[in-house]
Amino acid sequence: MKKKIADSLRKRFYWELSPLDEDMIASLSEKPHELTRSSNEALEVLEDVREVRVQRAQEQEQEMYRQIHRWSHASGVKIIRSMYRVLAAVTCLGIVFFLLWTVNTLPPFGEPENPYNNEVFARYVEWGPDETGAVNMVTGMILDYRAFDTFGEASVLFVAACSVLFLLKLHDHKDGKPTKTWLEAEYDDRFHEPKNDQILQFAAKLMVPVVLLFGFYVILNGHITPGGGFSGGAIMGAGLILYLNAYGFKKTERFFTYRTFQWITFGSLLTYAGLKSYSFYTGANHLESFVSPGTPGNILSAGFILPLNLCVGLVVMCTMYVFYTLIRKGGV
Amino acid sequence: MNLLTVIVLGALLLCAVATSIAKDLLVSVVIFMAYSLLMSILWILLQSPDLAITEAAVGAGVTGILFFITLKKLHAIKVRNNEEKDR
Repeated sequence: MKKKIADSLRKRFYWELSPLDEDMIASLSEKPHELTRSSNEALEVLEDVREVRVQRAQEQEQEMYRQIHRWSHASGVKIIRSMYRVLAAVTCLGIVFFLLWTVNTLPPFGEPENPYNNEVFARYVEWGPDETGAVNMVTGMILDYRAFDTFGEASVLFVAACSVLFLLKLHDHKDGKPTKTWLEAEYDDRFHEPKNDQILQFAAKLMVPVVLLFGFYVILNGHITPGGGFSGGAIMGAGLILYLNAYGFKKTERFFTYRTFQWITFGSLLTYAGLKSYSFYTGANHLESFVSPGTPGNILSAGFILPLNLCVGLVVMCTMYVFYTLIRKGGV
Repeated sequence: MNLLTVIVLGALLLCAVATSIAKDLLVSVVIFMAYSLLMSILWILLQSPDLAITEAAVGAGVTGILFFITLKKLHAIKVRNNEEKDR
């Protein structure tokens, strides 16, 4: 009888029996001797016995819980902490070992027998300058052979800027009045902003024109010297951020507002798509374009690479600047 | 592998470890920018100047500035007010 009930209970709950359960099983399976006499006294005695048993079982359980609690607060924490450190070190060393082992199996740098020295590479080196007109082979590759991939990259930047706008831009006007959050953000920024820092302003006065010119030079010479749209755009964006830090939003809002950002990004991406869309109509065979590559090495050469570089550079510059202003103030 | 490459690689490792160990987040960001600069030198030594320019502009310039402004927004950099200066 007792075993049967215990089995059924175990089937039901699938766990070890606690003292309380055992007591219940014991009391259930017991033959009620006293009940046969059917007297009230016997019933009361039975009740008392049960109460005492339940109380004892409860105390046992509580003592067990207390022990577990004590263990987890004293030695358990120590064990888990040391385990955490050991596991972290083991994982770190394991990853380091795995990466070093992988690097060790790579072919050595700059050997002629390396697997990337195949016919694709040879064709790019041999025909690249003639077909694209770009002396800088990297730019020729990313803006002519694989211009569609670069269009995807520029779109990724645009989408990233859009998501940051969704997340961080505060509504500056509602029903013709500036909103409260916008005013608070503006006040907070004005309060923390270093005002009229002489050293910073003098340094910016010297550096910003040079930085902007250098960025523009890198963009324009993307097909001749190392560089191109992305790096030049990042340099120009850094220059704009420096100017903003030195002179504040009032000076930059004269030439760069939210509307400027919208139009520059939109126009650049549209120009890029328009200049490269003819490859769709020629069946992705966009090498034979109607614009001649010109003399490799001249500034006005390499077909569409110069305007494409300009487009990418403008998109990157605007994205960098807008990231900064959005994080700082919640607006452009 | 010449001496300069070894020195730059060693400094790179040092910077990488110091970035994660540094207690102050501001110090961590500055070390990270130094790491990016060393990385751009390494790109030049590996004969890829395009990547070197991009690394110097993005890694050492714009990313660092974005980190700084985020730390300032989170009040992880202490802004010294005029009241504190007077004390």
